[in-house]
Amino acid sequence: MGELAAFIILAIVTLLPAVVVVTNRNLVRAAMSLIPSFLGVTGLFVLLGAEFVAGIQILIYAGAIAVLILFVIMLTEGGTGLAVRQVNEQRQWGALTAGILTAGLVVILLGTPWQITAGTLPRSNVEAVGIALLTDFVLAFEISSLVLLVSLVGALVIARREQ
Amino acid sequence: MQVGLNHYLVVSALLFGLGLFGILSRRNAVAILMGIELMLNATNINVVAFNRYVAPAAVSGHVFALVIITLAACEAAVGLALVMAVYRNLETIHVDEINLMKW
Repeated sequence: MGELAAFIILAIVTLLPAVVVVTNRNLVRAAMSLIPSFLGVTGLFVLLGAEFVAGIQILIYAGAIAVLILFVIMLTEGGTGLAVRQVNEQRQWGALTAGILTAGLVVILLGTPWQITAGTLPRSNVEAVGIALLTDFVLAFEISSLVLLVSLVGALVIARREQ
Repeated sequence: MQVGLNHYLVVSALLFGLGLFGILSRRNAVAILMGIELMLNATNINVVAFNRYVAPAAVSGHVFALVIITLAACEAAVGLALVMAVYRNLETIHVDEINLMKW
């Protein structure tokens, strides 16, 4: 019962700020609303027993990406963006498409008989994730570190002012 | 009533739909990137929930989620750098006004 209550609260904390993110005309408000949404997702991770992923989620999403987005809003024109139109002409078609896709996804996901396996997660989450990263998934680990390096150098090169 | 796999899948589908709506309806490139972040978060909920309910003995879903978070950070960095470059050259970040290649 307590788990269900926690889940409902976390789902509301995730979804309500997400509505603000996609509909608010004030860009700074939309960017700030990303943070409670990310924190709600973090809570869902904790509820699912993924403590390490939850910590990384806070560090990278709520910490780094939200701040990066706020910086770019400050560095580009208009600041809050209240003075200009923020939505394009296809808004109602976008809403229709997203609504149909979401309804279809929900119908398909609820209609599929998933093979639920009983069992418990490894007791020490960080240890299990670390061992998995450096044994079974070492190739994905190395490649993603390479992608991270290349993309950060690329971002610097793209954003640098031309001489 | 217990919290099951379906609860998480529905929340992640709703979050995905909201992100898609943000991408389709916004003019500002930064707001579009915010929509992409929401969609990536929805994906992460999905993989971690499947890990918990379908294969709880392994942590494959956690590793997938970590890789997705890494790539989301890369995507945000490169995307925002592109926004900065576009703003410097064209003085706008509204994607419907960036039509240099439109004939």
